[in-house]
Amino acid sequence: MQKLIGSVTSRLVISVPYLWLLIFFLVPFLIVLKISLSQVATAIPPYTPVLDITAGIRSLFNGISQFTWENYVWLVEDPLYYKAYISSLVIAAVSTVLTLIIGYPIAYGMARAPASIRPTLLMLVILPFWTSFLIRVYAWIGILKPEGLLNQFLMWANVIDTPLNILNTHTAIFIGIVYSYLPFLVLPIYSALEKMDYSLVEAAEDLGCPPLMAFWKITFPLSMPGVIAGCFLVFIPATGEFVIPDLLGGSSTLMIGKTLWSEFFSNRDWPVSSAVAVVLLLLLVVPIVLFQRSEAKAQESEK
Amino acid sequence: MKSLGSFRRKFAPWNDPQAKPFIAIENVTKRFGDFTAVDDLSLNIYNREFFALLGASGCGKSTLLRMLAGFETPTSGRILIDGQDMSGIPPYKRPVNMMFQSYALFPHMTVEGNIAFGLKQDGMPKNEIEARVAEMLKLVKLEQFAKRKPHQLSGGQRQRVALARCVAKRPKVLLLDEPLGALDKKLREETQFELMDLQMKLGLTFVIVTHDQEEAMTMSDRIAVMDKGKVKQVATPAEVYEAPNSKFVADFIGNVNMFEGTVTAAQDGKINIDIAADKMTIRTDATRDCSVGQTVGFAIRPEKIRLSRKEPANSSVNAAYGELYDIAYFGDMTVFHVQLENGRIIKAASLNAVRTVEDPLGYEDMVWVNFDTDAGILLTA
Repeated sequence: MQKLIGSVTSRLVISVPYLWLLIFFLVPFLIVLKISLSQVATAIPPYTPVLDITAGIRSLFNGISQFTWENYVWLVEDPLYYKAYISSLVIAAVSTVLTLIIGYPIAYGMARAPASIRPTLLMLVILPFWTSFLIRVYAWIGILKPEGLLNQFLMWANVIDTPLNILNTHTAIFIGIVYSYLPFLVLPIYSALEKMDYSLVEAAEDLGCPPLMAFWKITFPLSMPGVIAGCFLVFIPATGEFVIPDLLGGSSTLMIGKTLWSEFFSNRDWPVSSAVAVVLLLLLVVPIVLFQRSEAKAQESEK
Repeated sequence: MKSLGSFRRKFAPWNDPQAKPFIAIENVTKRFGDFTAVDDLSLNIYNREFFALLGASGCGKSTLLRMLAGFETPTSGRILIDGQDMSGIPPYKRPVNMMFQSYALFPHMTVEGNIAFGLKQDGMPKNEIEARVAEMLKLVKLEQFAKRKPHQLSGGQRQRVALARCVAKRPKVLLLDEPLGALDKKLREETQFELMDLQMKLGLTFVIVTHDQEEAMTMSDRIAVMDKGKVKQVATPAEVYEAPNSKFVADFIGNVNMFEGTVTAAQDGKINIDIAADKMTIRTDATRDCSVGQTVGFAIRPEKIRLSRKEPANSSVNAAYGELYDIAYFGDMTVFHVQLENGRIIKAASLNAVRTVEDPLGYEDMVWVNFDTDAGILLTA
């Protein structure tokens, strides 16, 4: 009896994450998928067919028979969409590289800092999360706009004569993404570097390897799992990012998150915006699977 | 093998005033903040010597080794290797290689890759690297494991990879930090002999750090016993064991019964010591200078003490009567703990030379312990 209760409890505990994903990921996704196969309509909700389970199997099948690929065809035909997808992927990729260039030295410095101050440094990296993401991105408008803090400072310091035009450019988006997602990249790299046995670097030096070379041949390869995890944690959300391009990128920026927003709210075209979301998800599944695989590989080699 | 043995027998460059030390450690001090890890230490280590730094953890032996490797810089003093001052020379330019306690094998490289790593740094041609790696793999008997990653190896195999990796570069000096610490007892004993053979074959100078005195005694030509950053004694294993120069060394190496008493007579090369606490008189052939009335220490190893039920011939000196309090049977030998009247425990060990003894000693038997005048060590320091 005891054993039975035990096995039931352990099954229940194991089922929690599955239930969570089922209710909050799979079901909503199926709803979005269903809407993406519907047609736009001037109604509430603004699409047709509306499936009503209570109306019986027959009307359900009738509804399903009205599903259409039209919205997906539309995504391929109108260059706006694939341009937005490509532009999003490019912006996310560039931002990820920039974040890595800035984040790796930060993580390295933290991991090599005296053990007593590491918790403080870790706190400082996480500290920005205490302020709302939206407010922090808003604050960058005040810094980057032509009469903003940055330009005022540079002109006061006589570095420039005329204000730099940063706001509403890709540069502003890069700054916003790098700033916002830096902790997501720093933390996994830090944890990879921190658990690395420093005597490996000493061994490399002992075998005739100068410090820089030892970093390149030992430290960097061993931090790769952290680098990969960090890069995906930046790249995946950055691709679908809406707030940063909307606030900092101005109207000319083409990013899929913004396109989705305008399809949904301005055009009230729920089916097309759902199709955009489904395609975005499929695009991101590829890096997510790659990420999972590298995680599994890293875990294997630790055994 | 015979020639190696005879070489080993005659090998004692430290007794030769003409011999030049290969590693000279001159008045080296290392401080970490307020803590002095190595305190004004001087040592000479000779070419082809197997030298052990022995001490409890925190005695400064590892710091000294790390200074030889170049990972730590002496606060003062200097280190010469093969006549060259090592000050300011980084680890990657020193003619020494170190085997780390954790082995520090590169987890992302194969066994081959690990061994070839140092050779690649030297810019050795590819075919020579391959030949050397093959030679090293053969030396440590890991030929069939060349393509494995470190995590696919057992502890003993990892240890051998680490060894192969640091001898591959043919360094002048090999530094070994607790090289056998992670191995189990049986493997450790085997590996000790392998290490000794390897050192002879390659003709290298080995400096080994260990806290295991048995390991140090088995392998090394000389041992430096360290305590609190200082060297207490540098001598061959036999000298350190049989003629320790201080209570610390006598106590640290092996098992010992330690007494303290007052010298009552010193004549004819014999010294009488009154051990008031245990109501014993000890007479010893001591070579050390001491005067009547001086407080001295006396150390005697358990295996040099005899046990008997019968009273020995001259029970007024070097003898005591007590009760058998504890018997520790080790198979090859047995250690008896004899409790004197005042509660003092004396340890006596006897070799189990025959399989069965008639009427063996048992718990609570009353026994005499006694020893010869040349069995113990008089200690004035």
